[in-house]
Amino acid sequence: MLRMAGYLKHYPVAVCTALFLMLGSNILALAGPKISGLAIDAIAGGRGRVDFPAVRRYVLMLVVFYLLSAVMAYLLSVLMVRLGQKIIYTLRRQVFEHLMTLPVSYFDSHPTGDIISRISYDIDTLNTSLSHDLLQLAASTVTVVGALFMMFSISRPLLLIFAVTVPASILFTRFKTKHIHPLFRARSVKLGELNGYAEEMLSGQKTVRAYSAEDVTISRFDTRNEAAVGAYYKAEWYGAMIGPAVNLINNISIALITLFGGVLFLLTQTKADLLPIFMITLGGVSSFVQYSRKFAGPINELANMMSEFQSALAAAERVFRLLDEPSEVPDREDAVKLPRARGDVRFEDVTFGYTPDKTVLHHFSLSVTSGQTVAIVGPTGAGKTTVINLLMRFYDISEGAICLDGRDVREITRETLRKNYTMVLQDTWLFYGTIFENIAYGREDVTREDVERAARAAYIHDFILSLPQRYDTILSDDGVNISKGQKQLITIARAMLSDAPILILDEATSNVDSRTEQKIQAAMHALMRHRTAFVIAHRLSTVQNADVILVVQKGSVIERGTHEELLAAGGFYATLYRSQFT
Amino acid sequence: MKLLVHYLSPLKKALFWGFSIKILASVLELLLPYILSYILDSVVPAGEMKMIFFWGGMMILAALGAYFGNVAANRNAARVARDASRAIRHDLFEATMHLSSREVDGLTVPSLESRLTSDTYHLHHFIGMIQRIGVRAPMLLIGGIAITFFLDARLALILLATLPVIGVSIFFITGRGLPLYQKAHASVDGMVRVVREDCGGVRVIKALSREQYEKERYDAANRKLVADETRAGVTMALTQPLMGLFLNLGLVLVIFAGAYLVDRDLSKPGKIIAFIQYFTLMSSSIAVLTRIFVDYSRSLASARRIDEVLSVYHAHKESPDTGDAATGEIALEFRDVSFAYGEKYDTVSHISFSLERGKTLGIIGATGAGKSTLLRLAMRFYEAKDGEILVDGLPIAHYGEAELHKKFGVVMQSDFIAADTVAENIRFGREISEEKVRRAAALAQAAEYIEAFPDGYEHMLSAKGTNLSGGQRQRLLIARALAGDPEFLVLDDASSALDYKTDAALRRTVREALCATTIVVAQRVSSVMYADLILVLDRGRIIGAGKHDELLENCALYREISESQMGGAILE
Repeated sequence: MLRMAGYLKHYPVAVCTALFLMLGSNILALAGPKISGLAIDAIAGGRGRVDFPAVRRYVLMLVVFYLLSAVMAYLLSVLMVRLGQKIIYTLRRQVFEHLMTLPVSYFDSHPTGDIISRISYDIDTLNTSLSHDLLQLAASTVTVVGALFMMFSISRPLLLIFAVTVPASILFTRFKTKHIHPLFRARSVKLGELNGYAEEMLSGQKTVRAYSAEDVTISRFDTRNEAAVGAYYKAEWYGAMIGPAVNLINNISIALITLFGGVLFLLTQTKADLLPIFMITLGGVSSFVQYSRKFAGPINELANMMSEFQSALAAAERVFRLLDEPSEVPDREDAVKLPRARGDVRFEDVTFGYTPDKTVLHHFSLSVTSGQTVAIVGPTGAGKTTVINLLMRFYDISEGAICLDGRDVREITRETLRKNYTMVLQDTWLFYGTIFENIAYGREDVTREDVERAARAAYIHDFILSLPQRYDTILSDDGVNISKGQKQLITIARAMLSDAPILILDEATSNVDSRTEQKIQAAMHALMRHRTAFVIAHRLSTVQNADVILVVQKGSVIERGTHEELLAAGGFYATLYRSQFT
Repeated sequence: MKLLVHYLSPLKKALFWGFSIKILASVLELLLPYILSYILDSVVPAGEMKMIFFWGGMMILAALGAYFGNVAANRNAARVARDASRAIRHDLFEATMHLSSREVDGLTVPSLESRLTSDTYHLHHFIGMIQRIGVRAPMLLIGGIAITFFLDARLALILLATLPVIGVSIFFITGRGLPLYQKAHASVDGMVRVVREDCGGVRVIKALSREQYEKERYDAANRKLVADETRAGVTMALTQPLMGLFLNLGLVLVIFAGAYLVDRDLSKPGKIIAFIQYFTLMSSSIAVLTRIFVDYSRSLASARRIDEVLSVYHAHKESPDTGDAATGEIALEFRDVSFAYGEKYDTVSHISFSLERGKTLGIIGATGAGKSTLLRLAMRFYEAKDGEILVDGLPIAHYGEAELHKKFGVVMQSDFIAADTVAENIRFGREISEEKVRRAAALAQAAEYIEAFPDGYEHMLSAKGTNLSGGQRQRLLIARALAGDPEFLVLDDASSALDYKTDAALRRTVREALCATTIVVAQRVSSVMYADLILVLDRGRIIGAGKHDELLENCALYREISESQMGGAILE
């Protein structure tokens, strides 16, 4: 929380103004009941004895005070909205810029939804707490203290009434946090389960119907529904008390004030020797009632505020944990720039594991000279992407060395190292933007002609021209319907723009029709020309023509060699290869 | 609101009971300031100490009465809301489960989801709220006006004049603020989209060293969001101070006018104090009423959306099961079938073929060629537009839905796995013995990995089966399809995630252990090349039919596909 408050430090003027406005508007508002009480006292004389000059004076004062207070309150709200948004902007920006420096492993191990909820929901919660609750707390304190002071000045004996009602509301608040809040939490959990079930079944509605499982599904839904409405009822059963109880405590204190205030007023009127401390006027009773309302409000809200602070603290922790996540190891100070490599890649006795206890590469060595093709094959989930992760330095190896043009990659700046690669992955990554922007993504200085040439080479130019907006067509989830294969071609076009000497390619093209498949294949072949290529291979032709085949299983390279060598060896590769013809 | 009336009418008694107590409790609350002014104006001047205590005691009693009345009424309200929303949710879910595929397409799955979740929640909330404060607020308002008129009609008129001003200004500000908030919501989506895209594409971004570009892209989204939220926040910031100001100015007016009235002995100071109390009560009810209006319009929309689904379902007509046994050797026959999803063009047209019992049918073609559509038509998820489809020699319209579906064991494209145990996922709500579950798993080549789980068939799967590999998922789904001893085994691109060894073993066991008629839809030649009959689909038409060798010879497209795959993705 302290660290959060640090963000306020950058806006000293705004914070001071806010404090001033808050104090001002609350104190002015607090004066209201006192003055209206005085006005009533001026009226209280009764028929023909109303002190009109005083009444007019007080009424004028009231109008001015209330107006000023309202204006200040409005300015305060506006100021806080703006201040809050400034902080939220800074915080979001910091979180995002930090995200960009994080290593790929962070994204591999944290679900996207989690990251999103930190950058949106958690920061929002934090901001609310900072700009709203904090202020509320300060305002409440001012109100409580001020009201108490005013009541103290009106009548000390009447204050004793709060010796009854304040403990009562504190007791009630504790009951609420202890017994009622958990019930409301349980209610949300049950509702979440119900919604989860509904969403799940809805997504599989066809399957449910295909297996005639409607009745079973509905009865399971009913069980969860019953649990959800049951939890709701249980929470509401207690929750039903909250509003009325707050009102009850309010009303009882008003009743007591009226009762004892009436008695004191009577004594003031009738007993001449009454101690001054017991004296009260009619207007005094009126003001006291109003102050008691002001006094009770924040006390009732205290529990809510506390729980909001708690959730804000939890949110702050989540946000700051992300901000404290270590960035990618920075480039070595003596790191050199290698703008354009020949494309010789060497693995020297490399050992690597995603977790320290489980190595996936053991003393692996491999030498690839410029222009050669390395095919990586193996079953799904066998760890074929590991080699790519290491080449691009998405992950750093624990032992050995990887060299590009004979130089250890850790001695090269990441930016120039990565510029030597061009990449086409299986999960095509396109973002919300025009087709032109998506293809030109890699480069800052490309012209329309360059992009069109790349698109032509990727066999996607004609398709783009067939779209109404052509290269300016916005790619979005709900916009133009382009197929998986076309998306892949666009990413290939993006890769075509690069003249990097090394290519990383994932050949997998599932769910693509055969014509598009042919285009993709041709485009990929064009990409591989004149480049050192690391290919996650799915096609026989690629494998047969590769200079080296790496067979990966369960995360480790288990076989290596050319197609003929591996067949002759009669190992896993040979079995895989033959199984298709049995 | 017809929907609400329908679901609330069985609960009439409880509703009536709740409203009555609520009204009583509100009256008691309204009495409090009245007693207050009575004490100050009449009892105190009379100097009767005992009477002060009596009336003070009455105030406390009234406060307690209001408390118990409100609590009882609120609990009653919670019960009514529970019963009503349980029924609404049940009926809505029942309806969604029975919707035909065309109806689901029309309503869309995300929309159905939000109807089941947020719309029912809104209604639940609304039913509770309207009983709790929907009665209290108008009661306090109307009762308050009545009592103040009774106390002093002249001062009451002043009050009455300020109330609409408060109401109108709140309404106006909210009306302007809400669209701004909606706009801000859209901007949140824009900001989140950038984060989502970048988390997914972090490798590409880093590979191309485009971090700076992404920062700028995010910054633009962030700035837009901040601008929109500021605008909405600043607009709404006016509400509280303005309301407070009007309320307080009204009070000042009452005091000012009161001074003249008291001076002419037309009113009493205690009444002014009571007025101040009523005024606070009434203006807070106005704020509550505005909230009810906002909620009401939202709930009305929710109710309408729920009702839409229910009425679609109520229009259904179910054909009864026939109980007819299978006849003839032809298991499945299409006679000149055409079908269109939309109005414009046919997805499949003039499809005719017949398949003998126990044989295997392969369907191959490009995405969008209509392969899956043929399956959906055969299972009557959609009705054919023209032509006739026969299963076991009888037109499919002849069977009841459950009866027809029982004949099929289906694995659909990206089929779904529930967050439940392995056994339950295979059983899928049907009554299937433990033994049969195991046998199906063994046939589907899934037994090995299932039994490797420490808790075997009781192993819990996560939703969508994310804790299984693609191949494991598909084998599980195939086990599900096999467990019901179907007459037809339908695999819609179901073996694409299987490696060749498993795929081959699966084919063998299905052929040997089952005498089911099998239909395989695939994009890989290798998945269909062993079929007894292969249909090659292109843009909804059959352009080739026969065995693998025949097609290689006389179907150009088939040959092209086969060659381009060159034995296909052998190594995945």
